[in-house]
This record gives sequence, C-alpha cells and structure tokens, in this order.
Amino acid sequence: MTTPSHRLSARPLAIYPAAMLLVFFLIPFGIMVVVSFFHRVEGAFFEPAFEFANYARFLSPFFGKILATSIGLSAAAAVIGVVVAFPFTYFLTTMPRRQQTVILVFLLSVLSLSEVIIGFAWSTLLSRTAGVSNLLVWIGILDGPQAYTPSLTALLLGLCYLGFPYAVLVIYPALSRLDPELPEAARMSGASPVAAFFNVIIPVMRNTIVGTLILVFVFTLGAYLLPQVLGRPQHWTLSVHITDQAIFQSNLPFSAAMAVFLLLVSLALVGITMLLSQPKGQRS
Amino acid sequence: MSTKSKTLHFSRRRFLKTTTAVAGAAVLSAPFISRSYAAEPLKIGTYGGYFKDSFDKHIYPEFTKATGINVESVAEPTGEAWLVQLQTAARAGQAPADVSMMAQTTRLKGQNTKLWAPLSEAKMPNVKNVPDHFVHRYADGSISGVGAVSWYITLVSNTEKYAKAPTSWKELWNPANKDSLGLLALVSNSFLLEITAMTWFGGTNAMDTEEGILKVMNKLAEVKPNVRLWYRDEGQFQQALETGEIPMGQYYHDVTGLAASEGKPVRSTFPKEGGVLDSGSWSVSKASKQVDKCEVFINYMCQPEIQAKMSRKVGTAPVVNRDILDLTDAEFAAVASDIPPILPRYDLYESKSDWLNQKWSELIVG
Repeated sequence: MTTPSHRLSARPLAIYPAAMLLVFFLIPFGIMVVVSFFHRVEGAFFEPAFEFANYARFLSPFFGKILATSIGLSAAAAVIGVVVAFPFTYFLTTMPRRQQTVILVFLLSVLSLSEVIIGFAWSTLLSRTAGVSNLLVWIGILDGPQAYTPSLTALLLGLCYLGFPYAVLVIYPALSRLDPELPEAARMSGASPVAAFFNVIIPVMRNTIVGTLILVFVFTLGAYLLPQVLGRPQHWTLSVHITDQAIFQSNLPFSAAMAVFLLLVSLALVGITMLLSQPKGQRS
Repeated sequence: MSTKSKTLHFSRRRFLKTTTAVAGAAVLSAPFISRSYAAEPLKIGTYGGYFKDSFDKHIYPEFTKATGINVESVAEPTGEAWLVQLQTAARAGQAPADVSMMAQTTRLKGQNTKLWAPLSEAKMPNVKNVPDHFVHRYADGSISGVGAVSWYITLVSNTEKYAKAPTSWKELWNPANKDSLGLLALVSNSFLLEITAMTWFGGTNAMDTEEGILKVMNKLAEVKPNVRLWYRDEGQFQQALETGEIPMGQYYHDVTGLAASEGKPVRSTFPKEGGVLDSGSWSVSKASKQVDKCEVFINYMCQPEIQAKMSRKVGTAPVVNRDILDLTDAEFAAVASDIPPILPRYDLYESKSDWLNQKWSELIVG
C-alpha cells in the first residue's frame, strides 16, 4: 500500500504514461476513426466526408462470416495455447532453477521470430517435398509423403506457436509464486496429484488463466500473414482483408472501418470474458 | 524546371549582384540563366529497385550522350501512391517527375482527370514502331501515354512433375491437377478473368457487361479445387514451384526463364490462347515545363535498338513490333512470344474496381 505522500509524488509521473498513450495510441486511433467515415473515391483515393457507407458495406453476411472466422480462429488458438501452456509452465516451475532459466531464455528467443519466419518455417515443415511426412514414410507409417498445408490444422499450429511463448511468460510468474503448501495440503487430504491440479491449482490460478486467454486471443487476432501462408482462402481473417483493402485496393476508408469494427468487437468480447470470469463474491 | 524555381534563381542572381557589387554581373546573368535552364535535368520516374537500377545503368547515360539532355532518375513507389503524389503536386503546379512509368490502371485514372500532358505525335516519329495497344490516346486522339516496358504472365510448370509441357490454359481446369496450382490472389494483378474469358468465352469482350463478368467468374470458380495457393508474394510461389510442392500455376515468363537457366526444374509455356501481356507506360505530368524534352525521351525509347537492348539487359518484352528488332529467336523467346497476347481489361479495374474486388473476394473465399 502506498502512503498518501507517495501518491502525491507519483502524480506528476503519471503524466508520462498518459502522454505516451495519447501520442502513440489515442491520436493514431482517432485518425483511423475519422478516416473510416471518409468518402472513398473509386479510381482515385478518398476525400474528407462524414458518411456511413464504409460501415454499411461491412455489415453483410460475407464480412460477418469473415469476422466469425477471425474470432473463432483466435479463440481456438487461445484455448489450445493455454491448455498446452498451463501444464507446461506448471512442470517448468517444479524444475531446478537452472533448467527453468534455460527454458525461459529459449522461449524468449522464440519471441524474436517474426510472423513471416514462423509462417514459412511451418509451411516447409508441413510440406510434401520437405516436411515431416517424409520422416513418417521413412519410419514406415506412411506409404508416400503428404502435404499438411494449407489447412485449418496448419494454421492453428502456426497461431498456437505464435501465442505459446506469451502464454508461458504470463502464466510463469503467477505459478512460480504459488504457495507450494496448497497442492501439498490437497494431497495430504487424500486428493490425487491430478485431482489436486484440477481442483486446487486451476481454481486458484483462474484470473491468470483468463488474462492469458485474452492476451493470446487479442495477439493472434492481428495475424495477417499466417492465414495467407498456412490457411486456405476460407481461413483468411479480417486482418488479411484489411491489408488487401488498404494496400492493394487503396481503399483506406473501408479498411479503417473494418479495423474499427474488429477493435470494438474484440474489446466487447474481452469485456464480457472478464465480467463472466469474476467469481460471484468479487462481482460489484 | 518550373517557372517558380526559375524566378527564385533569378532573384538570387540579383541578390548576388547587389551585395557583391560586381559591375558586369547584370550582363553576365542573362546568358547564365538560359544556359542553366537548358542543362536542367529531365526528371524521369521509374519503379524504385530493379527497374530504376537498370535504367540508371543501361539507358540514361547513353540517352544523355545521344541527346545532351541530363537525367535525374526518380524512384517512384508501386501502386497508386505515385499517382496521388503526381496529382497533388500538379495542383500546386509542381512535377516531382516530368515523365513517369505508370501501370495501366493508374495511367487510366490519371487520364480521367486529364493529369497527363497531351503529346505530339509529330515530335515522336518512332511511336509508329509501337502497336496501337501500347499507344494511349485521349478522346480527341492526342497521345496521353506510350508503352515503356512490358512483360508476360504465362502458364508455368515443374518439369519433373510434368514431363510434357502443357499447351492450354484449360490445364488449370483439368481435374487431374487437383490441389496443385498456384495462382495470383488479386483480381487486379492475376488477370484470371481475362484468361477465363479468352479460354472459354472466345475473348475478353465477354466481360463487357456485369452479367458477362459474373458468367466468367462462375467458370473461374471451377478451378478452386485445383488451387493449392492463392499467392500475393511472388517468392512464396516461385519456391514452391521449384521444389515441385506446387507444380503448376501462373507466373512471370522472364523470371521463370531465369530460374530455368539456373538449372531449376521449371518451364514457362505460352498457351495457345496466349500469355497475358501486362505493361508500364510513359506518361508526362501536365505540370511539367519540359514536355518537349519528354517527347525526345519517349521517342528515344521507342527505337528498335533501345527496345532490343532492354530485352537483353533488363529482361522486359519489347513494346515495338518484332520485325524491326534484331533479337535472335532465343533472345526473343526469353522475353516474349509470337502468339497473340491476352490484353488485360484495365478499363474494368478502373471503372468497376470495388465491385470486381468484392465479387472476386466472394468467389475465392466463399
């Protein structure tokens, strides 16, 4: 707890993050909102106006399906990512300190890979000519090499790979601070290790898990290269279509409208998730 | 150079004269101005990167030697950004480049707003070497642009996967090629509608009406089960074609030939319906004060020797008729073909761009 004097001295410092937020987030976002109402001049660029045509074009079954695809893909990637990352991190925290450091440094180095490298690496790994299926043929499981990309599975693999290190790095601090007496007490009361994990550790970590789900969801929502490299056209996310409109069609007003819509929908989803995930006692 | 900067120049001379108080300065300044104006470089815009580097190396030095006109090479961005810059600058009476290489859709958009200075046919006698589809005119017949470079998109295949070269675009529809094609992902750069119209509907005028276009799209939708990759990035497809991962598709004739000459198992075939001939054209900004020099440059570029040199050194297809070129059969085949080309319907990408784009997305994604 900070004392009142601390809070007083901290106040001028708060101007700094506020200013950064204004300059690097609110102003660019404001420009985008303004552009989303501009008039698209077909065969040219755009001109200042205030019209809803760009939003009207978006509100169609076609783009509705694309929005649903984007949200579904990111939600699936978030759930799979956390389901894999949570036990992984739990076992990680039970390892000796030295090994933990090595693994964490490795995960951090994975973060340095861009979406481009991850996309092309997975498309090679899953290809017919150079991919893992050749290994399966060599072992004798398959008769001939197969291509596993482009497909929904390939895309989800790529998205989970992208989100996994973030998930571990968010879960790790909370799990490593977890009181070791909690699972011990559960086991002394007769619970099996698996039961202790599900009935004690997971409920205690509830907020962390929800936070991680939201982080991976929002993070993968912005992926626009992986769907092109690893997915089929029906898996192209809204981010892919935003890029197409902005870069290839020079239709900035429409792409801005789509981006605003995507942001609002994801904010709403995050808000609902946070509300629903609060235990009853804490709900205000 | 614009009149504005000329006046600036002049006033600086006056300033120098008064401050240095050199008696003869006023007399000397007049010839100096006209000399400097004559030496004012012609600003020529080409796409930054490979094109600009090639022009800097192979074309401009000899153009200056031949005509005495100095060149300032300007790197222009691809896409519509350059058109927007030229338009904005022209409103202020400025020309960031006097003459620019423009893609066809953007050239048409400029033509609609009368951005391009009308050019004199009499001052560019070599334009008679250029076939009509590369000479662009305003409604009154004056020239708004002249072909600069061209290139073909053809049917490419992996030679290990396909021992025999395909002969028709109909191969794209062949059920035997399930899940093995790589096609360009955008309506405006793949020209797949033109290919479909030419292959199945007897020509691109099948696309004159919206109903016609939808019919062509329905036919094109039949290739979807055969398409493994809709690519936006060229490198992505080229690599897959070379390894045989995606053994067939549409790609650039020149680049494929280059890969084959490096020993990669790929080939480019001109189908009997023709390759798609895409191109860039020279257009002059109406804000340019050196239209006469631009005409000298365009006329210079339309010479058969220069076009042959471009084919040899830059790898572009000539924009003049073959019979006046001294290219050998092998040199010609490396960049072009005698089979009549499929000419893209740029007018549609200009007049119906959003409608086409929407229908196209629905076709591919749906």
